[in-house]
Order: sequence, then C-alpha cells, then structure tokens
Amino acid sequence: MQYAVLKKEYLNEFITRLAQDQKVIAPVAKGYNQFAFEEVKSGEKVALDHIPTILPPKKYFMPQYETLATYHANSSQKMNPVVECEDLILFGVHTCDLAGIQCLNMVFSERPKDINYLIRKSKITIIGYGCNDYCDEYASCRLVHSHTPNGGYDLFFINLGDKFFVHINTLAGDEITEKTNLFEPATPADLNALAKIREKKREIFANEVPVVHERMPEMFSKSYDSNVWEDLGKRCLACGNCTNVCPTCYCFDVTDEPNLDLQTGKRFRRWDSCQNEAFAKVAGGESFRKERSARQRHRYFRKFKYPMEKFSRLFCTGCGRCSRTCMAKINLKETLNQLVEEQGMKNLKAGRETE
Amino acid sequence: MKKLTLKDSEYEIKKGKILRVRKMTAIETFFEIALPGGESLDHEPGQFVEVSLFGVGEAPISVTSSPTKRGSFELAVRNVGKVTGALHKLKEGDEVGIRGPFGKGFPVRIFEGNDLLCVAGGLGIVPLRSLINYVIDNRRDFGKVEILLGCKTPKDMLFNEEVDEWNKRLDVKLNCTVDKADPDWKGNVGLITSLIPGINLKPERTFAVVVGPPIMYKFVIKELLKKEIPERHILVSLERHMKCGLGKCGHCQINNFYCCQDGPVFSYDKIKNIPEAL
Repeated sequence: MQYAVLKKEYLNEFITRLAQDQKVIAPVAKGYNQFAFEEVKSGEKVALDHIPTILPPKKYFMPQYETLATYHANSSQKMNPVVECEDLILFGVHTCDLAGIQCLNMVFSERPKDINYLIRKSKITIIGYGCNDYCDEYASCRLVHSHTPNGGYDLFFINLGDKFFVHINTLAGDEITEKTNLFEPATPADLNALAKIREKKREIFANEVPVVHERMPEMFSKSYDSNVWEDLGKRCLACGNCTNVCPTCYCFDVTDEPNLDLQTGKRFRRWDSCQNEAFAKVAGGESFRKERSARQRHRYFRKFKYPMEKFSRLFCTGCGRCSRTCMAKINLKETLNQLVEEQGMKNLKAGRETE
Repeated sequence: MKKLTLKDSEYEIKKGKILRVRKMTAIETFFEIALPGGESLDHEPGQFVEVSLFGVGEAPISVTSSPTKRGSFELAVRNVGKVTGALHKLKEGDEVGIRGPFGKGFPVRIFEGNDLLCVAGGLGIVPLRSLINYVIDNRRDFGKVEILLGCKTPKDMLFNEEVDEWNKRLDVKLNCTVDKADPDWKGNVGLITSLIPGINLKPERTFAVVVGPPIMYKFVIKELLKKEIPERHILVSLERHMKCGLGKCGHCQINNFYCCQDGPVFSYDKIKNIPEAL
C-alpha cells in the first residue's frame, strides 16, 4: 500500500498511539498566532494549518545548544566526543520545512561529514503535511518550488476535508501505518479528490515575485554592489532574529564551559549569526564584514547565490520566517522585488503553468 | 536525552605534549609539540591546526615547521585572545589538544622546478617558514629562492637566528626591511613593497608566495603584477577565524569560499574577483 487515508476523527488516536512508545513532536498553538514544535502526547493540541512555527524543525537536527565533547582534568587535554540524540517522530512538517531539512542534510553530509548531525538525523522519522492554501502574505514558497513536496519525508499527509490522504514513502512510514492500525487503503474517489486539491493549489499558488526561479543566482551576481544592501544596512538592527528562525541557517560557535567543580566540563556548539558584528572578526581585531549592509547581503547571498554553486539548489525555502520576525520589517519578498526591478529581470509569466 | 560516545567525531582531539617553549618577542611565543608516540602531524606547508585547551577553547594556528622535520611540529603564537593568552602561560611538559591539520597549504609540487619568491610581512613569516624550510630541505627540487622579510621594527623580527642561517646560504637570497629602524639596524628601511622592484627573477617561471597583514596584500600584489608575474603564480594565505575547520560553522567564509577548507592558501587569479577576500 503506497497511498492510504486516515479519517480525521482518528487523528487524535493516531498521535496517542504513536506517542505510546516514542517521542512525538508536532506544531502546537502558543497564542498570538504563534506556533512551535514541541512534544505532544495526543492530537488535541496539534495545529496543522498554522503559519510556520517560530523556530523551524532544524532545532531537532541541529540543536541550539549541543555538547560536542566532554572533558575531565584527569585525562588531561584528551576529550570524549559525544552526540546527544533520541528517537523522534516529527509530525506536521510543512513542505517549506521539508525543503529546509533537505538543505541541512546536504551541508552536514558533505565531507568532512558532521557525524553528530547524521546520527541525529538517522533517529528522526518525518511526517510531512501539505498546505492547501497560503499560510500568510510572507510566504514565497511557489517562487522556490517548495509549496509542493519534493521527498524528504516518511509519510505525507494532505487534507482532503474529512480525511487525510497519506503518501507512504518509506518502510519506516509503512511501519507506522501498520503499527497504529488506523489507516485504510486509498480509493479511486480519494485519488480524484487529491487531483482536485492539486488543481486548486495550482490556481492559488502563483509566483510571489515576478522572476524566473533559475535566473535568481544571475540576478544576485549582478546586484553585489546594489543600493538595496545599503538600504537594508540602514534599517537592520543586527539582532540575528532572521538567521535564528531560518530553516537553512546553520552557522555556529564552538565554546567551552567548565562545570562548577572546575575538573570537568564540556565543549559545545550553539547557533551563531553572521548578522553579529563579531562573527567575522579575527583575533587581531580586524572585522571582515563590519557593515550591516555587507552582513545582510551575505545572508541573502547565502540563500540565493552561493549554495547554487555548491549544492545546485537555493537555500531559501520561502517559509517567510525572516520577514515575519524582523523588528525592522526587512521583508524578503520586498528585497527580491527591488532587485528584480533594479536588474530589469521582471518576468510576469514566471512561475505560471507553462514553466 | 541519550549521550553516546563517538569514535569518529571530527571534534576528537589528540594530546600534544609541549617539548619546548621559547619566548620570541614581548607578545610571541614559540612551541614545539609532539603527538603521542611520535605520530606525525602529516601536514603540508601552509596548513593550520586547531589548538585546544579544555575550559578555554580552540584557536586556529598556522604550523610554522616544515613537514620534513619529523617527530614533532612547531607553532609560533601571538598573544591576542583568550586561547592564545592561555597558551602563553604554558611551560615545557604541559599538554595541549590538537585537531587537524586543516585547509589547503602551499602547492609545493607545482612549485617544483620553478623559482620562488617568498614575501613575508610581520607574522606572515610564521606560515611561510614551513614552506621555506620545506624548500631548503628539498633544495635541488626548486629553482632560485628569494625571500623578502618585513616588519615594523627590528625588535619585532621573528626567527632571527634562523633568518641569519638562511642569509648565509649561497642557495637562498634574503632581504629584510623594517618600517622603523633602531641604531643597531644595518638593513633596509621602508615598506616591503620597496624591495620588489629590485628582484631579478624570470616572471614566467616564478611563483610568488605572499603572507602578511590584510593591508599588505593589495600593495605587494600590485608590485608583483608590475614584475609581470602571472596572476595564478601569486599565492596568498588569508587570515580568518576558522572556528570548526570543517567548512561548516561559517565564521571564516569569504563570499562563497570557506577559508578553512578552500584556503587559507589561494592563488590570486581565484580571489581577484572575490570582493571579500582582500
């Protein structure tokens, strides 16, 4: 069985059964139209049609604070490298966040491999969820082709109204359907309903910025010295919110922390941000990205230009988190529109069905 | 959450035992370090290691010895930060943690059969010394070797005795300059760029290796290009804060390059259109 359906009234029971012998993580409403991935024991609190969570699920793949090695003064400078990990099921991961995880997978499996990430990844099962409509005006998932799933999940749920259409993509996904025993095979009528949803999605999702996806790296190449960056630099508060909430930002700092006994301690890494002035500073005092404009440009180039050369894909998932969280109202879609305008790369047909 | 011990972590460190400590200047100290059992560091000239002190942290440090020196390796460290400050308190017999070597060093095999011009400003002599001694130890494999050294004052000069040795050799040509002389100084006075017009090397068979403070590169490269040395024959080593050494943490990124993996040694033709490089 590759396609199945789950009746909506069984969702609660599904999560409850899953959570019986494994930790289940799902988006939960936190009030003020904010959502967060956290542990759930049942389906009651799960919020599926939410705007992207405050932090993306990257926090389970690359925790904000992670011990890399522990030490003991008795063994001198020798350290004990460790990985902190646990078995997890992530439920309700939107397609933008699936794309984000795919980006991180590429980064951390590239040599030299990050074994901590890879071990953690191997312990996570992913249940994706497709959005049938836009979450809000900040999203630009159509532009980067992440409004539809491109793999990267074990199970994938699509809302058909009174039930979920479920794609079983892996054996791990299949085992979940077997174990929970609440799924039914998809009927031709379900497949029809799915086709209708997809057709409707094609009408709803249109390119949010009038530029051809494939030409974006070129657009960025041409705009290295654009005034757009100066403008962003004037507004940016260098708080680092945008990089923290980005599903594909993975820069980190490595620091030591002694325990109170002063005999033991650990070396850990935590998220860092290229938006902080000290980020590109060397010990002699020289800072290689002193201006906020240069740091904002760096952030954009790390999404739309550099990864294209290295991994042949954009590292923007269109989730809109950076724009939603920015205190200075720096807006990704607005910046892209300005660049499109400035470089004369407007293409109103971009992203239509002909593409 | 489970905490599993890893056997194949890139963050694993080796114990390094300090065999020798020597104060070089007021702020620079020399360390000779051996890995357990005399294990070779197996580095290339121009590569760096991450030196670790638990509870303090790690810092990227250029290896200053040549890989032809076996059994131990050498670092010359300026006291500028938390880790380097702590290193300066260590004495012979103490231990440090070592990770690496990392990065792309000087392309010594491409240099073979060609003439070499080494231009070192200030601390630049530290990584360049690994190359110079490698070349001296394999002297017949290279053409002419000319070394230009520059620093602020005679007091800041590093590796004085060794530099004297190089100077005495008939198969190495050496020139020193200081920005500001003292009464005992008998050498040149002026910027290192002033020494370049006087060199006499065939540009098409010369490789120029330049290491120094960021400000130096543009002026030195300009002089080298005037000498018609091809762009891809000019090598520079760039300084960035290589925190992880693994091309991940992002601190050392220079536009689309990670200095710790793609560098720290770059040829000029590769970086001349990379605005963040110099």
